[in-house]
Amino acid sequence: MSEKVLIVDDEKDFLEIIAERLAARGMEVSTTTSAEDALNMVEENTYDVVIMDFMMPAMDGFKALKLMKARQSGMQIILLTGNVPDEKRREAEAFGVLDVIEKPPDLRDLIRKIKQAKRAQSTD
Amino acid sequence: MHAEFKRDAEVGLQFFGKMTASISHEIKNILAIINENAGLLEDLALMAERGAAIEPQRLTNMSQAVMKQVRRADTIIANMNRLAHSADESIRTIDLNDLLQLLAALSARFASIRGISVLPKPSEGPLKLRTSPFFLMNLLWLCLDFAMDAAGKDKVVELVAQKSEAEVQVFFKHLDGLGSTALKRFPAEPEKNLCDLLGTELKVNAGDREIIVRIAEDIENN
Repeated sequence: MSEKVLIVDDEKDFLEIIAERLAARGMEVSTTTSAEDALNMVEENTYDVVIMDFMMPAMDGFKALKLMKARQSGMQIILLTGNVPDEKRREAEAFGVLDVIEKPPDLRDLIRKIKQAKRAQSTD
Repeated sequence: MHAEFKRDAEVGLQFFGKMTASISHEIKNILAIINENAGLLEDLALMAERGAAIEPQRLTNMSQAVMKQVRRADTIIANMNRLAHSADESIRTIDLNDLLQLLAALSARFASIRGISVLPKPSEGPLKLRTSPFFLMNLLWLCLDFAMDAAGKDKVVELVAQKSEAEVQVFFKHLDGLGSTALKRFPAEPEKNLCDLLGTELKVNAGDREIIVRIAEDIENN
């Protein structure tokens, strides 16, 4: 079965291309530019992993991460962002994110992490 | 004197650090888009090797997407360069309208994250000032940072520059959220210290929902 991935990023140009590239590799990819929408989407759908930017308008990825983890502690989340201060990285790790990846991502690394997230979901 | 210098230098470095961190974040976002376009080109090349047809329009779109990001990065770096050069001379003559445009551009990402529109309203003619451009921008940034939190439901902050006798004024307008709680934390020590350093006066006018910064036309004749 293909990996179900939700990508949340306010950079629409980035979102569209990375979604296309992951979909071309057999993944089922959903996208949104809003963390608030992402919260609704994870309530209504099941994803193997949520890949989320850290700094977004209205609600930042960090706040969304905390809310998602509070609702579904086993949710697999990867933070994918420009720069992450060490302090925030440690805080995110303490909240149980699978990884914090800086942009621009290496697609092979990202795919490895997505597959790792799916395995973790299946054994959860 | 040493303590004052240390205090002002610290506030200035914090401002510079905040701006450059934001710029580096934006540049990383741009690099990510360019990187994905390059990756997609690679994907398409592999598909073409296997005999798949590639629409020329697809390649044109990708090329335009990359050029758009290069232009975006160029603007950001040009603004960063102007910020860096604002510290070249401690005092010099500037046009306040230019400085406000630069401040709005540097603050765009902070505004976007908060869902705020910052609208600079320059005066009709140039507003020449002899001042410390870096520290003035630092003070105006601290005011704007506070103003964005106090913007109210319309989520708009107008930056209005105007001349009045031997001073110029900058208004931060439409601050519907200027409540008493907000006023307890503003102006704080950094704003007060920068006002002392620049010889400016900062006034919060809750009734008119605005902050006013009065700046002498010549810092040395203040």
